[in-house]
Amino acid sequence: MHTSPSQTAGPYWHLIDQPEWADLLRDQQGHAPLTLTGRITDGDGMPCGDAMVEMWQAGPDGAYGNGFHGFGRCATDADGVFRFTTTRPGPVPGPGNSLQAPHVTLSIFARGLMHHVTTRAYFEAEPLNDADPILALVPQTRRHTMLARQTAPGVWTLDIRLQGAGETVFLDI
Amino acid sequence: MTECPRPQGWAPMDSPGYGSTARRHATHAPIAIPHTLTETSAPRFLPGAYPASADMSVHGGHASMGERIIVGGRVLDEDGRPVRGAMLEIWQANAAGRYHHIRDQHDAPLDPHFAGTARVFADDDGSWQITTIRPGAYPWGNHPKAWRPMHIHFGLMGHGFAQRLVTQMYFPGDPLLPLDPVFNAIPDAAARELLVAKFDLDHAVENWALGYRFDIVLRGRGATPMEDGHAH
Repeated sequence: MHTSPSQTAGPYWHLIDQPEWADLLRDQQGHAPLTLTGRITDGDGMPCGDAMVEMWQAGPDGAYGNGFHGFGRCATDADGVFRFTTTRPGPVPGPGNSLQAPHVTLSIFARGLMHHVTTRAYFEAEPLNDADPILALVPQTRRHTMLARQTAPGVWTLDIRLQGAGETVFLDI
Repeated sequence: MTECPRPQGWAPMDSPGYGSTARRHATHAPIAIPHTLTETSAPRFLPGAYPASADMSVHGGHASMGERIIVGGRVLDEDGRPVRGAMLEIWQANAAGRYHHIRDQHDAPLDPHFAGTARVFADDDGSWQITTIRPGAYPWGNHPKAWRPMHIHFGLMGHGFAQRLVTQMYFPGDPLLPLDPVFNAIPDAAARELLVAKFDLDHAVENWALGYRFDIVLRGRGATPMEDGHAH
């Protein structure tokens, strides 16, 4: 069967926004908090202020949905900034006997995006990054667009450029 | 581990008829990756914690203005299997073509008795249904005399994060459909047709509401990670 085509989420998707979903620790106890934030810009460097950003990650044990919900959704503000409160995921089993470095999947939906774009945020200086089977598929020169940097204690930043210089690597999943 | 290419027949990210794509589309092709646990798993939204709300035609105890309709269908995957428990998030403009949204400044009346959102879950058969008001068309700034055809927004969360879909449902016979650059950005006529609901008296209720059928097909689930020896 053919799949139903995607259409843009448009500028009024906030009708379904639940701002508390940006805080993945809202129902969780005992996890070290981590802020994952970034700014989304377009090909002119202008902020993308009407985007819906979704994230999906494993829990600290590297498992999905095993007591840690792992899903978040956040609206970008007028400066194009998204901000999640979460905790650092553990390494996730990969194809074969490989291990995936800790990562957070990020999907962006917005006016002007015919379908959502998806990338991953890895954590800079994580030793497992060097052997990550997905990062290995990304040209070395563009890998930095998927590496969140620690910009303050507990705060990791990954800016997303939809188009142009430093364009973020998007994944076809 | 399987390669799961982007579905054929989807609109190109760079769709010149739709002006907002000009500075937002990526210029590099997306990099295909094998599906891992990350892509084959998905969040669970159990109705207990995420209550369903299937009737948009009443708000605050008052009936909304406009033509009441029932819209229902099934959520299936590419192999025709029902996607049980899929969450559908739904939003739309009111009968006059205005969203209950601060940034919508279209000079059409807001209806205090219409919020325009619903959340439902597919049952074991993949079936779901909502009651709503037929949304109005509305103007937008894309080109002179541009009006969006009547449409309802749908967001679906299936069994794998790779199944995630946000799309729009259109109405049969809408004269704006051939003129709409968002709808027509989908190059394939048969693929476009999947987004047009079917008028369907089976969903109608006598002396109450007409009905439409809208089936939604998500991408396949991809490989289970079992074959990699990491059963979860």
